Amino acid sequence: MAETKTGSKLEKVLRSGVMAVTSECGPPRSSDPSHILAKGNIIKNHVDAINITDNQTSVTRLCSLAACIHLKLQGLEPVLQMVCRDRNRIALQADILGAASFGINNVLCLSGDHQSFGDHPKAQNVFDLDSMQLIQTVRHMRDEGRFLSGDEIKAPPNLFVGAAANPFADPFKIRVPRLAKKVACGAEFIQTQCVYNLDKFELWMKGVVERGLHEQVFIMAGITPMRSVGMAKYMARAVPGMDVPDELVKRLSGVPKDKQAEEGLTIAVEAIQRLKEVKGLAGFHIMAIEWEEKVPEIVERAGLYPRPVIQ
Amino acid sequence: MIVGQQKPFDEIWAMVRVHRRLTVFGCNTCVAVCHQGGNKEAEILASLLRMRAVQEGVEMDIAHGGIERQCEHPFFESAHELLEGSEAVLSMACGIGVQFVAEKYARTPVYPALNTTFLGDVKTDWHFTEKCQACGDCILGLTGGVCPVTRCCKRLFNGPCGGSSKGKCELSKELDCAWQLVVDRLEALGKLDDYEKITPIKDWSKDRAGGPRSFKLEGF
Repeated sequence: MAETKTGSKLEKVLRSGVMAVTSECGPPRSSDPSHILAKGNIIKNHVDAINITDNQTSVTRLCSLAACIHLKLQGLEPVLQMVCRDRNRIALQADILGAASFGINNVLCLSGDHQSFGDHPKAQNVFDLDSMQLIQTVRHMRDEGRFLSGDEIKAPPNLFVGAAANPFADPFKIRVPRLAKKVACGAEFIQTQCVYNLDKFELWMKGVVERGLHEQVFIMAGITPMRSVGMAKYMARAVPGMDVPDELVKRLSGVPKDKQAEEGLTIAVEAIQRLKEVKGLAGFHIMAIEWEEKVPEIVERAGLYPRPVIQ
Repeated sequence: MIVGQQKPFDEIWAMVRVHRRLTVFGCNTCVAVCHQGGNKEAEILASLLRMRAVQEGVEMDIAHGGIERQCEHPFFESAHELLEGSEAVLSMACGIGVQFVAEKYARTPVYPALNTTFLGDVKTDWHFTEKCQACGDCILGLTGGVCPVTRCCKRLFNGPCGGSSKGKCELSKELDCAWQLVVDRLEALGKLDDYEKITPIKDWSKDRAGGPRSFKLEGF
């Protein structure tokens, strides 16, 4: 997977064989961009690219594309997250061109959380395409230089195309085939759901390697530090598709309240250190939810700093 | 069949209370099966409205009747006189029947007594579930006979999403994950490998997105 196809810094790092590190920032519920710029600047020297979420959990926010542009104009490397929930193929393709016009080099194709979880549960949803079809769409625009309609794009967008994977959702038996399907659609990098059940993740990666998928796509493990035992219990109970083992909850319960955040960071660092040894893994996607200031510490303690310098 | 549910009684009353001669008109096929809009339910609703009229001191002559189907002309013959003499009609049919009555009796106000809820099956005498959205381009042959357009909350053609847990949808523990059902069916059919076939981007012009649909039989 040596040949670089886009101008993406993330792609260059991944193809160089170095473990890549990404993180994510959620845009504000406001028209003031200073918040997202501040978050980006805190982590920029410790990650290779920064995902910008797209109305995550279906809560209305400053749009992902605009937030990516703000970061890009400051010289940061954003990953544009795009969900299929809110836009049809016309709007999605338009935004892909818009992103490329600002030199945004990375896109992450997602279905999107259902709107019933967000601030506008009475909204209509779109789902004109699904996440696999969005991957196909971006690759088609880039590689064929055409819209889905077949019409030519004079200056095609040149984006490095990513997708998500959740090794912990059911049915488990199709989780490797599902990844294979995303690869067949054209995904070039994968960022996974938060990994807490390391045994199950390793089992999934074993299946991935057996099929040789790790040679066709860069897989980055999702890491989210727990800030408290309350958060761990909430994620175990209420977040769909999340697998939080009882031992992790017990471990956090075993330390005093004011030390739980520190323990959560240590658990995250230990997870990275163990998963670094997993065959086929290409990097880490650190999602410190509203806790971005801790990303540099995690990256440093996990031995992933300094980040490579890419020209 | 088409499944409907009666609107809240206060909402129905608010629509019809201004009229002096009202006909509550049942539709005795689909919406009778779900015990919401048949001729029997029309009779019951008419009684309730008469009581309400008395309670509020409103003078209102309320008749009731019904036919087998409010979506086809021939069935209306037996009820023509009743409807012709009505100042207003409260139709117990689905939205199709309500519109059909409105089209037939151009100067008679027609109100819906039901909310048309979905195209579904009769799981038991008292439990009805949505199975089809009439998207106009059926893919059940690819998905083991389980419709992801209707039964997946994100209508994913290449699911399941990351929220599928223990066979249930992330929206509700009462709701089966459509893609778990697809996978189970493909496995039972010995065709689990078919899961990896990519369902292509859908032509939604055959859905409601393409405008109201109709078709004509050639040479009929």
